[in-house]
Amino acid sequence: MHINIKYFGQIAEITQKEAETLEFSGNLVSDLLEVLNSKYENLKNKDFKVAQNQELVSFETELSGQDIALLPPFAGG
Amino acid sequence: MKDKKPMKSVFKEGAITSEFIGNSIYKHQTKTSIGAHNIFLGQVRADDIDGKIVSAIEYTAYEDMANQKFHEIRESAFEKFELTCMHIYHSLGTVKAGEICLFVFVSSPRRKVVFEALEYIVEAIKADVPVFGKEIFEDESHQWKVNS
Repeated sequence: MHINIKYFGQIAEITQKEAETLEFSGNLVSDLLEVLNSKYENLKNKDFKVAQNQELVSFETELSGQDIALLPPFAGG
Repeated sequence: MKDKKPMKSVFKEGAITSEFIGNSIYKHQTKTSIGAHNIFLGQVRADDIDGKIVSAIEYTAYEDMANQKFHEIRESAFEKFELTCMHIYHSLGTVKAGEICLFVFVSSPRRKVVFEALEYIVEAIKADVPVFGKEIFEDESHQWKVNS
């Protein structure tokens, strides 16, 4: 399936882009992260959360949506 | 009358000016059931980090999700507290040290409610809304802000 991935803040600095679409056949969020970790080496050491269709999910969550976002620590206010 | 418009964007480009804040207060003078307002203003602090001074914060956000989260915070605040109205504005883009980046404004017939409601809302914004802040130093290097 096509997955649209968005990157923000310091994560976007590592990926050098704010978004991309990947063709992906794995089941879990963690499977996708494995792919991204090998694509972007410096991602491994970074603190981030994952949102699926704009809701935070655990890494063990099944991929159901097409919109994934990697969110570094929040800094609002 | 409750002012509950769905999903309005809370983001404003650049700093929130004192004129804007003053004008918001002025607009509430026609809502005469209100007996108490409470206002939180977040201001960019010129932190000294290892001898380097923060001169500005550049804000970005996952805007769709952030607006959804702001909406949820708003709904839950109206459920928990007897509020007449509430307004939230958050900056995007560059806000210099000393300028305002967050403006939360709650109003109620009675004062006790607005003290509790304001704290609840501000803490929820800090914890739940995907906003990111790049702290720019005077020498133009940067680091990423993390809410504590």
